[in-house]
Amino acid sequence: MSAPAMPEKVAGIMPRFEKFGLRHYLICLKGVVLRECLRFLHQRERFISSLVRPLIWLFIFAAGFRQVLGVSIIPPYKTYVLYEVYITPGLCGMILLFSGMQSSLSMVYDREMGNMRTLLVSPFPRWFLLVSKMLAGVAVSIAQVYAFLIVAWFWGVKAPPLGYLMVLPALFLSGMMLCALGMLLSSMIKQLENFAGIMNFVIFPGYFASPALYPLWRIQEASPLLYKICLANPFTYAVELIRFAFYGQVDWLSLGVVAGCTVLFLAAAIIAYDPSRGLITRKQDTGGNA
Amino acid sequence: MAALDVAGVGHFYGPKRALNDVSFSIAPATFTVLLGLNGAGKTTLFSLISHLYDTRRGSIRIFGHDVSRASGEALRRVGIVFQARTLDLDLSVHQNLSYHASLHGIGGREARQRIAALLDTVDMQGRQHDKARSLSGGQMRRIEIARALLHRPSLLLLDEATVGLDIQSRAGILATIRKLVETEGIGVLWATHLIDEVEDGDHAVVLRQGDLVAKGKVADVVRASGAGSIRDAFSRLSRIEPAGSAEISP
Repeated sequence: MSAPAMPEKVAGIMPRFEKFGLRHYLICLKGVVLRECLRFLHQRERFISSLVRPLIWLFIFAAGFRQVLGVSIIPPYKTYVLYEVYITPGLCGMILLFSGMQSSLSMVYDREMGNMRTLLVSPFPRWFLLVSKMLAGVAVSIAQVYAFLIVAWFWGVKAPPLGYLMVLPALFLSGMMLCALGMLLSSMIKQLENFAGIMNFVIFPGYFASPALYPLWRIQEASPLLYKICLANPFTYAVELIRFAFYGQVDWLSLGVVAGCTVLFLAAAIIAYDPSRGLITRKQDTGGNA
Repeated sequence: MAALDVAGVGHFYGPKRALNDVSFSIAPATFTVLLGLNGAGKTTLFSLISHLYDTRRGSIRIFGHDVSRASGEALRRVGIVFQARTLDLDLSVHQNLSYHASLHGIGGREARQRIAALLDTVDMQGRQHDKARSLSGGQMRRIEIARALLHRPSLLLLDEATVGLDIQSRAGILATIRKLVETEGIGVLWATHLIDEVEDGDHAVVLRQGDLVAKGKVADVVRASGAGSIRDAFSRLSRIEPAGSAEISP
């Protein structure tokens, strides 16, 4: 069946599309970020639980273990610090980690429910849509971290005033890395039910095999193997990047690892969500000859 | 130029064939019904046209733009209503539509004006601040249609858009879409298995288990199948035993 010629009345009203410029890209980015923020605000339980989790660690765990887990003077600290002070950067990392995985969960949910399709059928390049989605996730994560830091401040856990500003780029970069990892994982998870595996195999090992709760030298003393695992864990470097940034310092190794992992995870996620090359397509069409 | 040109398209899910060498075209300002029983390949075809899946066999062009090679240009010209509900239930109608507008680079006053106009078109004026969660199934579909039209597409794809709706809602949505074909010159591909949604003046494409078994004007499909009505023609064409493709010239 060949298409009949276009009626004249139709030819006249067919819209011509101007080429997308920077303005259009910014409108798209703003729309994706705004939607994520609105969703977060509408889901008050999500906001409260994201705040309660680190606060429980700060109020209960840190108080209980203050006497047991002594921390010697290690950079960036110039003197002995309270255990609550030591774990605060780790708890910031914890918020970013859970938030990154939460956005992964939300992408799997959106994919199952169909909402993801509205994003993926946008005419903007797929990589731009995914980066926008990541930036939206990071914006929400950073808001959660600052809400936690305000409560911690009233609890007596205070960083140098400038540290609250200096930590912002570290939070941003670490958030990008963890959101990119979450996005990559979401492309591999076929069903929402499989997400429990992420908790067991990514979040908990990633969090506990890091200097979030105890310094690496203590882990090295306890288990050289675990120490090596910690060194291979990207989350280790995210925590250290945040810790040093609180004191106006840059841990260059951590910065390099976090930046490198961000690029790596993001590239892998973009490939995974590309319909011509990605994991999703491979699951759909393996080119069988039935 | 065809609004949609599907040429030799095939698709597999693992070893299972979902579509086999499907070819047809849709002209602007025409209403084409994509008929097929559940599992015939309608949704797979929609996923390929909307570039959710990559087209690995054959080619799909929207107003001359190849969906695989120039997906951005192709997708700017198409509005899609998916079978599954895709509104964000936690957001208001206006927030849902604004989000979609931004995904097409439309923002600010222009987006607000288009949203207001389209809510009129789909008879949902005054509901823009309602949460999507508070809408009925038919109202959600109307909002999804408004959303699909926000960026002024020249081709509209609707996948089982009336499934699960009452008769009145179905008739209202169908009438809205048919009016758009007449007044706006939009080409429509309407996937359904509900035969009473087909009219004699429509074009039809019939899929059976991934194979295209008939295409052309509805009256011609009925005649070529030797049936007395489109209902009988669809029953015959949808039978599982092998049958040749009934190609009908428009």
